[in-house]
Amino acid sequence: MPVVLSTDLIVYFLVLLIIYCAFAVRKEGYLSIAWHQIRTNKLAMVSMFILFLYIGVALLDSIRWRDVVLDSEGRVMHKEDGSVIYSPQALSLLDRLLHDMRVNTEKTFSAPLATHLYVKETIELPDGTRIRDYPPLKYPGTHLLGTDKVGNDVLFSAIKGIRTGIVIGTGTTIIIIPFAILFGVLAGFYGGVVDDIIQYIYTTLSSIPSVLLIVAFMLIFGERGYQGGLITEEDIFFKIFVPNDRLFWLCVIMGITSWTDLCRLLRGETLKLREMDYVQAARAFGVSSLRIIYRHIVPNVMHIVLITFVLQFSGLVLAEAILSYIGIGVGPEMGSWGNMINTARLELSREPIVWWNLFAAFIFMFGLVLPANIFGDAVRDALDPRLRVR
Amino acid sequence: MPEPVIEVRDLRTYFRTPGGIARAVDGVSFSINEGETFSLVGESGCGKSVTALSVIQLVPVPAGFIAGGEVLLRGRDIVHLSELEKRRIRGNKISMIFQEPMTSLNPVFTIGNQIIETIRLHQKKSTREAKTIAIEMLRRVGLPEPESMYYEYPHRLSGGQRQRVMIAIALACRPDLLIADEPTTALDVTIQKQILSLIRDLKREMRTAVLLITHNLALVYRNAERVGVMYAGKIVEMAPTRILFRNPMHPYTVKLMHSIPGMDKRGKPLDTIKGTVPPATMFPEGCRFSGRCPVEMEGCSRAEPPLIEYERDHLVACHLYDRGFMDRPVSRPITTGGESAPMRWTPSVKEEILLEVKGLRCYYPIRKGLFKRIVGYVKAVDGVDLTIKKGSILALVGESGCGKTTTGKAILRLIEPKGGRIVFKGRDITSLSEGELKPYRACMQIIFQDPYSSLNPRMMVGEIIEEGLKTLRPEMDRKERQEKVLSVMERVGLSGDMLKRYPHEFSGGQRQRIGIARALAVDPEFIVCDEAVSALDVSVQAQILNLLKSIQKDSGISFLFITHDLSVVEYIADEVCVMYKGKIVERGGVEKIFSSPEDEYTRTLLEAVPRID
Repeated sequence: MPVVLSTDLIVYFLVLLIIYCAFAVRKEGYLSIAWHQIRTNKLAMVSMFILFLYIGVALLDSIRWRDVVLDSEGRVMHKEDGSVIYSPQALSLLDRLLHDMRVNTEKTFSAPLATHLYVKETIELPDGTRIRDYPPLKYPGTHLLGTDKVGNDVLFSAIKGIRTGIVIGTGTTIIIIPFAILFGVLAGFYGGVVDDIIQYIYTTLSSIPSVLLIVAFMLIFGERGYQGGLITEEDIFFKIFVPNDRLFWLCVIMGITSWTDLCRLLRGETLKLREMDYVQAARAFGVSSLRIIYRHIVPNVMHIVLITFVLQFSGLVLAEAILSYIGIGVGPEMGSWGNMINTARLELSREPIVWWNLFAAFIFMFGLVLPANIFGDAVRDALDPRLRVR
Repeated sequence: MPEPVIEVRDLRTYFRTPGGIARAVDGVSFSINEGETFSLVGESGCGKSVTALSVIQLVPVPAGFIAGGEVLLRGRDIVHLSELEKRRIRGNKISMIFQEPMTSLNPVFTIGNQIIETIRLHQKKSTREAKTIAIEMLRRVGLPEPESMYYEYPHRLSGGQRQRVMIAIALACRPDLLIADEPTTALDVTIQKQILSLIRDLKREMRTAVLLITHNLALVYRNAERVGVMYAGKIVEMAPTRILFRNPMHPYTVKLMHSIPGMDKRGKPLDTIKGTVPPATMFPEGCRFSGRCPVEMEGCSRAEPPLIEYERDHLVACHLYDRGFMDRPVSRPITTGGESAPMRWTPSVKEEILLEVKGLRCYYPIRKGLFKRIVGYVKAVDGVDLTIKKGSILALVGESGCGKTTTGKAILRLIEPKGGRIVFKGRDITSLSEGELKPYRACMQIIFQDPYSSLNPRMMVGEIIEEGLKTLRPEMDRKERQEKVLSVMERVGLSGDMLKRYPHEFSGGQRQRIGIARALAVDPEFIVCDEAVSALDVSVQAQILNLLKSIQKDSGISFLFITHDLSVVEYIADEVCVMYKGKIVERGGVEKIFSSPEDEYTRTLLEAVPRID
């Protein structure tokens, strides 16, 4: 029985956007010229490949279904009214592909590629004597990045964190960009009362400490619903759709609290652009205001949007870690780099330290943020006709 | 022969660019004596500013470097000095004034602070002594109340006053050489005259050598003793000013002088130079002017002409003056054929009135306080009357801030006027709504000053020119629009294959042509040219002026020519309105205004314009 979370829709949207772009660059025109420029940039192409890997993993992790529950004799179990009982756990395609990694757990910490546990235990030898030593692992040498406190594979947790990171980055941006462009450009272009109202809104919003807003919001919306673990029947609408996802609410509130910066930048840029001679020339042709905004203003502020997006993307992934730390981020059952970094706090203060949890989160975050930055730069340069190589 | 203060020998300053090595300055030699003004003149990109920066050892690193040559300051080479020693020279022995007085002073320090900074850096003086010198300098550059001026911040001063402060800073240590890089380009013509005469007086008094960098030939004529004309990184001609202007020898110099507009050239097309200045990364082989030269010979593109002393003190780098070259068969002239015979045109001004502006007022509100109450108005335009006849060119002249641009934009209803009437072809358009105004939009168009900000960098040329048609002629289909775009591009001298290119791929002159094509596309009857040629080099300006003039003649379009450049006005306009502080102080035919101005202000303005006679 397939299950679709509201955050899955965000991932699907991202994938559709990429497919749309892929078709758009095939056609003649603006985007295809830009694409030819990006293709000459090797570093950008490598970055794009890595980004696709991440997004691919996120997509695999967003296709999920619930299995039927079988009784001890292997028969499908039914409810009293005759309907099939499904498991409350919706495993994703990724979970199923990495089945071994998911289920092969150890007892507790083990170092990367170790054969023995990281913690001494009292072991009873076959001859009956008891010694304190590092017990052997159940699956020695298979945990590429070791295991965590409860014995789960760290590499698996880090891979599970990819979807969370992508969803936070994309979902929040989807909310930020339309708001910021709409309000920023309107405020800058029309000025006067419109400007006053919009400025009033975002000044008020940004004068409230955003952590407070996020805490309040998450306590109201985030406590019920899907937390990343089991799905209760009440949460499911139309048999497959789960709208009430904690991660989704997190994206919403982070979007609401962080559109103001971009909005302010865009307002300033629009104030400058609306006095440009080419805008005046368009007005002299009687071009309508909406068309001026669409043709002359928005294309010329897109570089700011793109830079802010790339910079904010990494900031958002980090913000998720901080929020998880104070217990209002993603649920503890949902794999995320933020959660991993949190647990690493205690692991780094024990002796001997456990470093691989933090290391894994760091490598995976770095591997997403750096290519995103490089690729974002390349896209911005390619979209700017002034920087284009003739 | 006195010893020169500064001697530059075979200076080469190159820049590393993605397109290869740019030879911005490529073998320049000159010297300046004590109390002498030497001027380097040329069009943008010829290397004159880079020469100045090389002399003061401020070539932007790491891209730029001095590839060879010597700069001798009183006989001592300063190119190879250590950075520390160079710092002791800058501001002390050689100092510099820049073009933009608005940005060359630090806004958070007082004037006095900025002057004594230089003094204390180079001389062992106490703050008290330095202050005395600073106040004395402020007095000498003619600033009122130097004692209180000492404590003022830069924003309280006007552009001209700031440039005086810059001069005070530059001369505070009594340098041997003063470099003035376009010192008055950003200033009004009346202020320009004051600043230049100030530099002249101080130079005479302090025996300073002056290197004056400018693109304005008339200004050179009035202010320099000797001139070097630069083209493509080289000095092509060098002579004492009077001799150069009386007898220009290099074809480039000759062309340059002929392309300056003026009263004597009225009714004739201006002389232009074909093509554009080659980029510094790909100068042509042989003579750098080859390919553009009207008297080019077969050997010109093969051998580079040396700078030879043809007459006493008159140096020129052209094969025409090289007897050895002229005797050989390579001196066969190439028939260029590109230049058409000069045509004369007679003004086709009709008496019919196209546009009448009555009592136009544009006020900008001054708002104060929490609720932004309007406490007063800046009266940018305060009761302007204009009448433009069909097919004529009316020039609106005045200094910056006098309200001339506001007037132009208000006539097109790009700025809402506060009062007055604009009557276009008998219909009052002052209070029409945007929708009712639409049919008139096609009739009235505008061309802007800055060819860089007037075109949307993200639109292709074809789209830019098409934009007006799309809005104003919705009945046209794509093919008709395309044809129209191609026809106006041809009209302004752009080729059709430029349709799919972006504005940044064009030079300033070409971009201005695109702007003109955009306006012409909707078949207007009236065009406002807002400083349309002010940002262009003189040879490009000549091309654009010729184009505008021929458009006026062919299609009977009327122009409102807003400018501060009086030489353009006397060349192109039929009538002139002189504007001062939001009001028109004098109006009349060009000949009348320029020969017998009646208003006090007009007279001041005309006297301030540097002229070549």
